[in-house]
Amino acid sequence: MQPFTYLRPASLDEALHAASEPGTSVLAGGTTMVDLMRGGLAWPTRLLDISHLPGLADVQTDGPVLRFGALARMADVAENETLQRAYPALVESLQLAASQQLRNAATLGGNILQRTRCPYFRNGVSDCNKRVPGSGCSAVDGEDREMALFGTSESCLANYPGDWGTALAAFDTAVELRSAAGLRTVKFSEFHLPYGEDPAAETVLRPGEIVTAITVRATPAGRASTYLKVRDRQSYAYALVSAAVALEMEGDMVTSARVSLGGVASKPWRSPEAEAALTGRRLSEAVSLEAGEAAFKGAKPRRQNAFKIELGRRVVARAALTAAKRI
Amino acid sequence: MNTITLEVNGHLHTLAVDTRTTLLDALREHLGLTGTKVGCNHGTCGACTVHIEGRRQLACLTLAVAVEGRAITTIEGLAAADGTPHPMQAAFAEHDALQCGYCTPGQIMSAVACVAEGHARSDSEIREYMSGNLCRCGAYPNIVAAVRRVAEDAAVRHVAAA
Ligand SMILES: Cc1cc2nc3c(=O)[nH]c(=O)nc-3n(C[C@H](O)[C@H](O)[C@H](O)COP(=O)(O)OP(=O)(O)OC[C@H]3O[C@@H](n4cnc5c(N)ncnc54)[C@H](O)[C@@H]3O)c2cc1C
Ligand code: FES
Ligand code: FES
Repeated sequence: MQPFTYLRPASLDEALHAASEPGTSVLAGGTTMVDLMRGGLAWPTRLLDISHLPGLADVQTDGPVLRFGALARMADVAENETLQRAYPALVESLQLAASQQLRNAATLGGNILQRTRCPYFRNGVSDCNKRVPGSGCSAVDGEDREMALFGTSESCLANYPGDWGTALAAFDTAVELRSAAGLRTVKFSEFHLPYGEDPAAETVLRPGEIVTAITVRATPAGRASTYLKVRDRQSYAYALVSAAVALEMEGDMVTSARVSLGGVASKPWRSPEAEAALTGRRLSEAVSLEAGEAAFKGAKPRRQNAFKIELGRRVVARAALTAAKRI
Repeated sequence: MNTITLEVNGHLHTLAVDTRTTLLDALREHLGLTGTKVGCNHGTCGACTVHIEGRRQLACLTLAVAVEGRAITTIEGLAAADGTPHPMQAAFAEHDALQCGYCTPGQIMSAVACVAEGHARSDSEIREYMSGNLCRCGAYPNIVAAVRRVAEDAAVRHVAAA
């Protein structure tokens, strides 16, 4: 780990001022950051610990917009009773992520900034365009079982691993970013970048910016929602495939559908194809499987990860049927 | 070097650490509290589980400088002042919930928190909420039994007190 100066600002203003200095990285729960630094994948010279800042951990669930302070802890938000009732997909995405020890430390803001678990990126030695731009992507001719099916390029096949981000993608979500220059708000769908020509660029976060909140527009579809995650083992593993589905229904007719996919794309991935296959239809097992089929139509499988297409088709179908039961 | 004061098991310790020092290394190398174990050093195994302000967290992903001012409890701080083991320690012994014992301090710290959080209401819930603690010896069935015993005893005490 490269040496660094540790800074603990007393206020957000102080933090924003300090964040603008070159070489500064933010530390929140540290569950990603400490690991990246130890692995030589991040090398800040100044570490700005915002975890002690007051006021940034508040969660508001009433009103037209849900508001999650960036420092709210995953474990605490998973216990929020209003959310459990009105937005089960969001709660489940937190409950099914990581472990309780990690969720106790990890913040919602840090969560959406977690980085891929691609072994070629993490091992610190393989060719990887994310780590060493221009060095190539080892997954192209290597092990690709865990790699993405959507939003990839020959420069990078890596997967976005987060569950909370995947669930957020099924809602009208935005991210509030603050810097010494002021506040800007970015749509969540535009916050992450697919890994195209420049796989090292993962989000639109600029140097000196701090995520202060994540907002979600309130919707009745929250209640009829679910997050389904399939893993190599029963618990404490990243998704092979996951899906969030949120529905509005009249009787058994779907009037509005939101579908997002995890474990299969370079960023939290919304599926308008699956949404279209559900909307205006009477929900049945057959219709739910059609939606699953539609979701993976544009998938680009490699040698070892094509199994995610059939698995994903069923995950979307099952999630749609589960969500519908919650109306 | 930064001089920091850590509150561990109710005692204040002042120590000089590099900013890169994790809480895990501070406990083991600086304070000689080797009950907290190093497994993966990546957050994947749970061997380094401690309580920070009463919440279970991983010492290997926590910087020592970042927890200055927060109360830390390790396995060494669990027993009563007279040395009587914590009920969870007693239950692990009674249920033979270990083989080599390497994962055990982390399991016990996690288990105490699991019960306190109210996440030990069924075997499946215990398995889910203890899934951050791996055991290479596969002592899982007995670990679940020990946690369930403590949770049930706590529930009985709760009813008796009501
Ligand atoms: C073993 C293991 C298993 C895991 N399993 C899962 C899983 O199954 N599903 C899942 O979704 N996640 C999983 N995670 C990832 C975990 O959820 C993230 O590490 C965590 O959410 C990151 O939050 P943090 O507060 O610890 O962030 P930090 O580690 O403190 O920061 C992460 C990154 O975000 C930046 N940052 C943090 N907060 C802000 C802010 N407010 N403004 C600007 N920048 C900021 C930091 O500079 C850093 O680059 C796992 C992690 C581990 C170690
Ligand atoms: S040593 Fe900390 S989780 Fe393995
Ligand atoms: S008892 Fe040996 S690792 Fe758990």
